[in-house]
Amino acid sequence: MLRLDQVSKTFFPGTTNERRALRDVDLHLAKGDFATVIGSNGAGKSTLLNVVAGTLSCDGGAITIDDRDVTKLKEHRRAAMIARVFQDPQAGTAPHLTIEQNLAIAYTRGKSRGLGRGVSSARRKNFREQLQVLGLGLEDRLRTRVGMLSGGQRQALSLLMASFTHPQILLLDEHTAALDPERAELVTELTKRVVGENGLTALMVTHNMSQALKVGNRLLMMHEGRIVFELNSQEKKKATVRDLMEQFAAVKVHLSDRSLLN
Amino acid sequence: MITAIEQGLIFALLALGVFLTYRILDLPDLTVDGSFTTGGGTAAILIYNGWDPLLATACGFVTGSLAGLVTGLLHTKLKIDGLLASILTMIALYSVNLRIMGGPSVGVNLREGQKLHHLFTDLKDANLLYSGEMVAILAAVVLVALVGINWFLSTDFGLAVQATGDNPGMAMSDGISTDYTKIVTLMLSNGLVGLSGALYVQFNGSADSTMGVGLILVGLASVIIGNAVLGTRFMVLATLGAVVGSILYRLIILWALSWEFNFGDVHIATDPGDMKLISAVLVIIALLISHLASKHGITFNPLSRWWSKTGAPEPLTSSALAPVPPAVVPDADTPDSDARAPWADEEEL
Repeated sequence: MLRLDQVSKTFFPGTTNERRALRDVDLHLAKGDFATVIGSNGAGKSTLLNVVAGTLSCDGGAITIDDRDVTKLKEHRRAAMIARVFQDPQAGTAPHLTIEQNLAIAYTRGKSRGLGRGVSSARRKNFREQLQVLGLGLEDRLRTRVGMLSGGQRQALSLLMASFTHPQILLLDEHTAALDPERAELVTELTKRVVGENGLTALMVTHNMSQALKVGNRLLMMHEGRIVFELNSQEKKKATVRDLMEQFAAVKVHLSDRSLLN
Repeated sequence: MITAIEQGLIFALLALGVFLTYRILDLPDLTVDGSFTTGGGTAAILIYNGWDPLLATACGFVTGSLAGLVTGLLHTKLKIDGLLASILTMIALYSVNLRIMGGPSVGVNLREGQKLHHLFTDLKDANLLYSGEMVAILAAVVLVALVGINWFLSTDFGLAVQATGDNPGMAMSDGISTDYTKIVTLMLSNGLVGLSGALYVQFNGSADSTMGVGLILVGLASVIIGNAVLGTRFMVLATLGAVVGSILYRLIILWALSWEFNFGDVHIATDPGDMKLISAVLVIIALLISHLASKHGITFNPLSRWWSKTGAPEPLTSSALAPVPPAVVPDADTPDSDARAPWADEEEL
């Protein structure tokens, strides 16, 4: 479904601030795969998502979605295939628009937007049903401005907006990191449900190792722009946070040794 | 008084244009100063050459929107900052307008002793240029624009435009080409400004190359004053606010131009030359008041109390997820606090 071949990205090339955020990354997600991505700060996790989403263009390599080369496609053109939830609860919704207006915008993702009514009564009915699934009572507040909602509510709404049009790829960028533990737990549960029920192919960046183990069927560890370690579904079930920590330490030592030798 | 209302209605179209860029796109568009004259100048020269006045007025809309197109392309394709892009267009338009008009001014009433026909000729001949009839006609035009804008903003494309101004990152990730929405909105906005100019020259009797100078301030003042009075909770009221603000602005100016000061032996009376200064001060005061009001949670909006009674603003509690705190904490010494809560992020500029 999603394939990255030798994808690389360098920030500020040719300057003293040069930073290689992605180094020849290869990744293949099959349909229905839900991979979690962990790694330290600056490992390239967010860059990976940004390159897939098209927010950043990659310097080299190719990105294919469902056998279609999207490497040169701009972000808003990829949106038909890709939906995204950001770390910042503010980022995924328009605060001055109402819940139903935000949903209408998400509903028309990847379609051409004409002069038809944005929130028609048929759509409103659909939105209400979709919101009921969240179980947050938002279905009775369709005309509330999204800016009035709490961070957790906004994030849950973002998740619904990203998933209810059945995108081919769902990108989750530490989307529970800005929430307190209780809400984070709730949004994590919603994520599992939404991805599972819709059979979405998803890539989720997280800082939380236990979350990375609990959610999804694959786990990737990134370090200095590379995918350095991978767990498949079987291995992932058995792995513990301690295992990951050890692996992480080993990778660090290994890589720094190697860079010393080089 | 009636002239002030008529002017207010003509400039309400400009205010609606400014509303689209300043409020919806969140992009202060100075093209207005040039595109007003472009639209007005186009209509004037076409009427001067005997074109049908309705067609000439429509052409004013078109040339105005072309000016918006230029600003839009500079901003989106050449990545020039929006403010700077609009200044560039505004300055360039000064020369373009002189070319369009073939000189610094064009009259629309007479050409070499021959009478010309424009939209308001008949009313003028019947001595009704400053009358209730004229007000009704202008109000009807403004009403059509008002309904049109509200319809536009409620469509799928209109929502995309609103998202572009509200959260461009979200807009792009939802597949909205923000370049496209910005360009279209700038065109629509400056089209309205051009239309405003076209009506103004026919009301005024002539077009002048400098008639657009400082009009962005008039537009901003109208939008800010109108939104302070009617609020921005509902789009219908927010857009209506631009119209009401435009009329209020004219009335305030009318009043301000009658001031007289006596400092001992020195006598100073305001005159039309002071209008720009008064406009600028008015905008500063309006900005200051709305800034202080949002800081201290005061609302001037007479409807907000009614909303708090009818419960139109959403309650901010009761759900599985607790709301983000600060905006809503009831404050003992401001009894109006629950009425103001929904406004917390409205009055910021």
